[in-house]
Amino acid sequence: MAKDSFAQKVAKTQVWKSIFRHGPPDNARNRAAVIAGNVFLHLHPIKLKKSGVQLGYTWCMGGLTFFVFLALAVTGILLMFYYRPTAEYAYNDVIALREHVPLGIMRELHRWGAHAMVITVWLHMFRVFMTGSYKPPREFNWGVGVILLVLTLLLSFTGYLLPWDQLAIWAITVGSNMAKATPFAGHGGPGAMLAKIGDFVMVSDKNDVRFQLLGGRFVGEAALLRFYILHCVFIPVVVSVLIAVHFWRVRKDGGISAPL
Amino acid sequence: MKEFFNIYTDPVYSFTFVCIAFFFMIKYVDLVATKKFGIGLMIGTVVMFVLCFMDPVFSANFYMTNDNVPIIFLVLLLAWTTWFALYKGVNNDRRMAQGLPPIEATPENREKVWAWPNLVYTELFAIILGTVFLIGWAVFFKAPLEEPANPTWAPNPAKAPWYFLGLQEMLVYFDPWLAGVLLPGLIVVGLIAIPYIDVNPKGNGYYTFRERKFAIIVYLFCWLVLWNFLIIIGTVFRGPNWSFYGPFEVWDTHKVIAANNVNISEMLWINTLGVKLPSNILVREIAGILMTLAYLVLFPLFLTKKLFNFKGTFGAIFNGGFLGKRYLQRLGWARYSILIFLVLMTLTLPIKMYLRWLINLKYIVFMPEFEFNI
Repeated sequence: MAKDSFAQKVAKTQVWKSIFRHGPPDNARNRAAVIAGNVFLHLHPIKLKKSGVQLGYTWCMGGLTFFVFLALAVTGILLMFYYRPTAEYAYNDVIALREHVPLGIMRELHRWGAHAMVITVWLHMFRVFMTGSYKPPREFNWGVGVILLVLTLLLSFTGYLLPWDQLAIWAITVGSNMAKATPFAGHGGPGAMLAKIGDFVMVSDKNDVRFQLLGGRFVGEAALLRFYILHCVFIPVVVSVLIAVHFWRVRKDGGISAPL
Repeated sequence: MKEFFNIYTDPVYSFTFVCIAFFFMIKYVDLVATKKFGIGLMIGTVVMFVLCFMDPVFSANFYMTNDNVPIIFLVLLLAWTTWFALYKGVNNDRRMAQGLPPIEATPENREKVWAWPNLVYTELFAIILGTVFLIGWAVFFKAPLEEPANPTWAPNPAKAPWYFLGLQEMLVYFDPWLAGVLLPGLIVVGLIAIPYIDVNPKGNGYYTFRERKFAIIVYLFCWLVLWNFLIIIGTVFRGPNWSFYGPFEVWDTHKVIAANNVNISEMLWINTLGVKLPSNILVREIAGILMTLAYLVLFPLFLTKKLFNFKGTFGAIFNGGFLGKRYLQRLGWARYSILIFLVLMTLTLPIKMYLRWLINLKYIVFMPEFEFNI
């Protein structure tokens, strides 16, 4: 009997066998086991149609969107170690991040990653449309995808305020001024002035949707805290849940779309 | 040459040009969907960027207000993906015309393969390439950081992030309640509604053009012209005060652009009838209100021949037309009403743009008393 190589010896140790329950994925049984036995890999089906793994068909845009989302989560958590969401510290912390952290490209990765995610998610939707993949039985998952697209834009938009520079507050001012014009719910929107009881104005700049969004009448410290929490906690949690639904439904609706 | 572009990139001309180009792209899709055209398109796009960035004014404007670098990738990817999707679609159409199945449905491609290694290795390479790309981007381009926030001094122009500049561009033609709330809301609702409106069972799970002509033309027009081209206008062709600036034009804050836009009510009562504006709001705005109702209510009834029953040429046009009676019969009332409403709401944007450019129209309905301006 030939002597075991080092790798073979390692594969026979109790430690290795406790982690990997199967041999190398070079035969049918182990290829099924490696996918089914791993919590991350079991997002995939064990076998799938050849058309669905071809780059020319999927463009890998959905997968890249998920990858960039994970990269943003990692870089975002690292940035949170350095950043305090207050008007006093926010800008200085970003400056410090740029000037005092050696080889610091975390903010660059995070910002360009955010832009990249917007582009990949748009192109993913374009690909899904062009292959007719929203058609039955995948109508519902298309809707989940549209919500995820909107949340991606909102994630990017809420993050835009956090550096607390001129670019940030004026971009958010332009954006949040739209909320002022919401019909009936914004104080500058159509119908808002109809909501009056005597002299009492029900929808004013002190209680309309823009006020709720910014926590004030202008983009100030309250808005910074709100956007920080929306950006770092609330929207990512919602997105994570919806991504789970989205991936689950891809599997349950028959995998990557293919001709019927 | 630069002067030429500085004049003719004005949305009045460039939007028209892009619409015409879109029409020819669809009409001659067989020519577009060739490898030669694809290579030419990519080279053309890259050369365009190189030439533009060689101009100091263009580069300065491009980097001045915003982190616009992603736009370059967006435009390159748009050119590539649009061509590639049409190429694959037309290719499949040719196969199907010969009685062959689409390429995705060949027996070889229907075969099942193991996720390990076929899928997970592709993913691994995608992750590595994605990481390399992002790190390269992060090393070569600093994330923008401007002066500290100053609520008392607004930069001019104050631009939203680039992905919202299409919506900001719409503010030129619509009030915020339409451009910033209603129309974006309808985009989301409309997108979610697509699978429920599109009852065409063909083209499910493979690229095609001919089998889904209507759906693809509508989607491509909205996606390329109304969404992405407006973003490009907002990024590259808009400067201080959101005025038009050519791509090679220095942003001069004092550039004065005459704004002599008038409302429909003023056109009717003052310019045409030569009397003062009536004091009753509804009487004053009657023309605009009737036009809006006619557009959203009478026009669909007219298309479906519920209102008039045209014979002859007119009848043939509306019967066979995209949005005519034939569609109503196929979709049923609920789907058809939603479809026609969404299409008409989409078309309000180009309609309002051309009305502004052609007759300086400001508002169709102008009721500042209720902030209700269309």
